[in-house]
Amino acid sequence: MSEYILEMHKICKTFPGVKALTDVDLQVKAGEVHALLGENGAGKSTLIKVLGGIYHAESGEIVMDGRPVAISSVRDAQENGIAIIHQELVLAQDMTVAENIFLGREFGRKFNINRKKMGEEAQKLLDAYDMHIDANKRVRYLSIAQQQMVEIVKAISYNSKILVMDEPTSSISDKEVKFLFTTMRGLTAKGVGIIYISHKMSELEEICDRVTVMRDGQSVGTKVVAETTKDELIAMMVGRELKAYYTRDFSKGGEVVLKCQNVSDGKMAQDVSFELRRGEIIGFAGLVGAGRSEAMQAVFGLSSLKNGEVFVKGKKVHITSPNDAMKHHISLVPENRKEEGLYHIQSVRYNSTIEVLGQFVRHLHVNARRENEIAQKYIDMMGTKTPSLDQKIGNLSGGNQQKVMIGRWLATDPEILILDEPTRGVDVGAKAEIYKIMNALAQSGVSIIMISSELPEIINMSDRVYVMREGKVQGCLKHEDVTQEKIMQMAAN
Amino acid sequence: MAENKKMEKAASTNPVVKYLKDNMGIIIALGAMLLLLAVMPTTRSNFFAVKNIFNVLRQNASNLFLSCGMTMVIILGGIDLSVGSIIAMSGCFAAAAVVNGGMPVGAGFAIGIASGLIFGLFNGTVIAMTNIPAFIVTLASMNVAKGIAYVYTGGQPIRCMTTSWKFLGAGYVGPVPTPVIVMIVIFAMTALLINRTKFGRHIYAVGGNAQAAVYSGISTRKVKFIVYSFSGLMAGLAGVLTASRLYSGQPTAGEGAEMDAIAAVVVGGTSMSGGSGRLGGTLIGVLIIGVLNNGLNLMGVDSNWQYVVKGVVILLAVYVDYLRGLKRAAS
Repeated sequence: MSEYILEMHKICKTFPGVKALTDVDLQVKAGEVHALLGENGAGKSTLIKVLGGIYHAESGEIVMDGRPVAISSVRDAQENGIAIIHQELVLAQDMTVAENIFLGREFGRKFNINRKKMGEEAQKLLDAYDMHIDANKRVRYLSIAQQQMVEIVKAISYNSKILVMDEPTSSISDKEVKFLFTTMRGLTAKGVGIIYISHKMSELEEICDRVTVMRDGQSVGTKVVAETTKDELIAMMVGRELKAYYTRDFSKGGEVVLKCQNVSDGKMAQDVSFELRRGEIIGFAGLVGAGRSEAMQAVFGLSSLKNGEVFVKGKKVHITSPNDAMKHHISLVPENRKEEGLYHIQSVRYNSTIEVLGQFVRHLHVNARRENEIAQKYIDMMGTKTPSLDQKIGNLSGGNQQKVMIGRWLATDPEILILDEPTRGVDVGAKAEIYKIMNALAQSGVSIIMISSELPEIINMSDRVYVMREGKVQGCLKHEDVTQEKIMQMAAN
Repeated sequence: MAENKKMEKAASTNPVVKYLKDNMGIIIALGAMLLLLAVMPTTRSNFFAVKNIFNVLRQNASNLFLSCGMTMVIILGGIDLSVGSIIAMSGCFAAAAVVNGGMPVGAGFAIGIASGLIFGLFNGTVIAMTNIPAFIVTLASMNVAKGIAYVYTGGQPIRCMTTSWKFLGAGYVGPVPTPVIVMIVIFAMTALLINRTKFGRHIYAVGGNAQAAVYSGISTRKVKFIVYSFSGLMAGLAGVLTASRLYSGQPTAGEGAEMDAIAAVVVGGTSMSGGSGRLGGTLIGVLIIGVLNNGLNLMGVDSNWQYVVKGVVILLAVYVDYLRGLKRAAS
């Protein structure tokens, strides 16, 4: 009998243009909670999806209880005792707890589901774990934490040997976390192996036995939690050479153009204070969920300020809509161009000029020549590659789409430019070009706020770096002092 | 740099040529239908007789007004099912104002049009301020308007035969039927609104990606409110014109008119999913529906079969457009 309930050897997975996993190794013992640690994009989700049968690895093997298994579908994974609880809950909201638990394997015959029996069996399971949930209640009426419990029960009811939990505590309270951990200990006592993905270091210390760190699609190493330190783990997570794509002319910045004090939107952004000086680029680092985008959306007027004050060039302002913000020469390039920026069916021209209609649509007349001039100006400035201005923007590559988005907002001639993940989904070449443009803008006096989850980008581009965690600014690092480790220290707890 | 000059040139072709190219599919369809009518024997009068052409234009003026409003609504990604019922209600109010209230025709028409606008304002407010789907909201107001028309008239038409009343729908300005003049004015106005104002672009933005429109600083509420109000206004206008043409306000008027409007807009090339579309195409769509209705009548086709033919033509037009869309995407 092998010591390990699950072994993944040399797993490789490639997507077009991207090598997502390279020779990844993972070993989980029966009855242990094994943490999987890594930055966004390190490959954790991909590895889990291979294990769960959602993706098919090109090479490598998966061994359970010493026997190699073939997992080419979700059903295969389930039959081998692997259950995954995803970050986004996938329960049918309008069905009962019992119906959800037994979805796909209902009791009774095809046209005559035995609801009563299902309800009883489900309740038995819930009670076995002391969950105080009514099996006949509709999922919609349960709290998020309770829904999570239902997901766990459902996973367990498959007699899983391996349970994968992806960021299970991101939306539940401390009290509920304690309850979750108790349940987990109950499971491991019965020999179940749990793979636990989380960014929260404190949780690792509390509930995990061992931890495997991933970085850039590879497994870097495995440690026993009790025998390692947070610093060592962070070093493993980020340790790579910073690639310099360009040179940045760092600046101390001129006078303060934007100052936020204790800004809060009442939700994800709790207490955000920072200063932006003219000609500076300040980076905002932090984990997903830290509240960076939300803070900037409040500044831009997309959400209302529940607390705090905003000063533009020394004067207090009340920005209640994006139009207000634009009057103060603030522009924001949103994070998700697909959902929040692109007008997919429209042309490059339309997407480029939508913010500055007033410059060429006047008195019931569209000055087509002027519109083309404006669109072309920013296409040239950003180096966007498109066969024509008429081209449907959906046909452009991600990098070029992003350039059009940035160009669109540059056309408004902002003094303060907020870029939320400006190079997400952008190829290396286009990234370098965008950095070059940001540098040029800063030199010409535009003040830039850059939110980014890519540490090298933050470090290479920012004059100063603000780090946020759980809605608050934890601190500010000057570019000469900043290191990836220092950022991660402040970003994770 | 020379590349860019070329790019600019390609973009600014002759607008007439551009119009023909953009709407090629449906223009061919219309042409084919007219050809057919020229060639096939008709049991009633000749399609191309002046009297008949004028008839076709009069009968479809109402649809043109509705379609102008409906084009905007569908570009916005919505739908307005209430316009047919508003025709009935507005016509009845106008007739009642003149016949029972003794008001001058102009005032009567104004009241009718205003009633349509009020329903549009209601639709616009609810759709803009809540997330109740437009389908549901306008379905509800469709029934309310229809109900009001029946209740108010007791189910009976309100007849009005005076010359001034008949002028709008059944009269002439010189050699040209009055509705044609109004159609040209309304169509031009709508075209200016959609194509030559910032607001027009905003409709495309909200319809194409409402979330992005918010980030662009566009007030999606304002856009929705105005578009549905305009649609109601157009329905009110269609209502008084129809009442004028029929010499009476009838609670049964406009039955199914919303479907003809939607058909005209869709056949004209505007996608139901919103964010794209052209008013120019709608014009041809209205003509296609109009010629179809009239032509089939003249050919003596059984009225039940007419529905089938109409449905098939709509399907074909939309399919051709779909194929062209695929071709464009692939290039």
